[in-house]
Amino acid sequence: MKIRNRESGQKNELNMTSMIDIVFLLLIFFVMTFKIVEMEGDFSVKMPLAGTSTDVVDPTDLPLKLRLRSNDAGSLSGMALNDIEMGSDLEAFNKLRGNVIGLLGSSAPVEEEAGSGPEIEIDTDYNLRYEYVIRAITAVSGYKDGDQVVKLIEKIKFAKPRR
Amino acid sequence: MRVKQQQVDMAEGDMTPMIDMTFQLIAFFMVLINFAQTEANDHVVLPNSKLVKPPEVALEFPIILHVAADGRIYLGGDDYTAETLRIGLDRELAVIRGEGKSPSDANVVIRGHKDCAAGEIQEVVRVCQDSQLENFALRVKEDRS
Repeated sequence: MKIRNRESGQKNELNMTSMIDIVFLLLIFFVMTFKIVEMEGDFSVKMPLAGTSTDVVDPTDLPLKLRLRSNDAGSLSGMALNDIEMGSDLEAFNKLRGNVIGLLGSSAPVEEEAGSGPEIEIDTDYNLRYEYVIRAITAVSGYKDGDQVVKLIEKIKFAKPRR
Repeated sequence: MRVKQQQVDMAEGDMTPMIDMTFQLIAFFMVLINFAQTEANDHVVLPNSKLVKPPEVALEFPIILHVAADGRIYLGGDDYTAETLRIGLDRELAVIRGEGKSPSDANVVIRGHKDCAAGEIQEVVRVCQDSQLENFALRVKEDRS
């Protein structure tokens, strides 16, 4: 018997269109919502309410005082550490770090017990931009030596706000 | 003249590599999507610092305060001023006390806008101190430059 050579091997093809539609929708969603994560960190400030401590204050253990002054626009107009003026230019924060190292007596990192170590009180004008305060805190907290962070002052507190 | 009818083949491109790539892209974005951005607030652009590192251990009992450039304070979806912040803090402290902890166990994370007045941050600290909170963390962006 003669068998007709029909179209042999008919392909069963799945319809991919709907899947590709959904896949592209998902892709667009993820691309639109994608945001590069910015790493964040903290400066720790421990500030119990004044007068709650019963510890006797050692007069030689008084905190360093950092005074930050601002102009009407909120920019830094002057900075003084224990009455040592450091100006307000770009180099001021490097001078501040240098003075802190000088006052602490050594630029080498000091292993301190938890809760001890030098303390600094930041007294800032009310309308100074917060960015400058963080720059000052960065300068007094330490510096980077290669990949290593050399710590200077870890105890930071704020003076009362100046209205 | 008789013209032979020729069957026209449809040109089909091979879709496999494109679908492969698309799935890989989806997998990439799914892995990188950051659901932890709930801490962020659109009103706040953090100042940056070269010294900070992301904390290795999460803070216990964090109270996250966002201070916008105009001085408004955002806590848990509501906005306050320095005068009304006490109401929001009391609510948070009630939760902390409910878990058998004291205010001194809580950590106040202050996310201040870089252009807000430093005095606003000091006011926030003062109000928190009045609520017996004493551990503060000033949140800044890591500067890798």
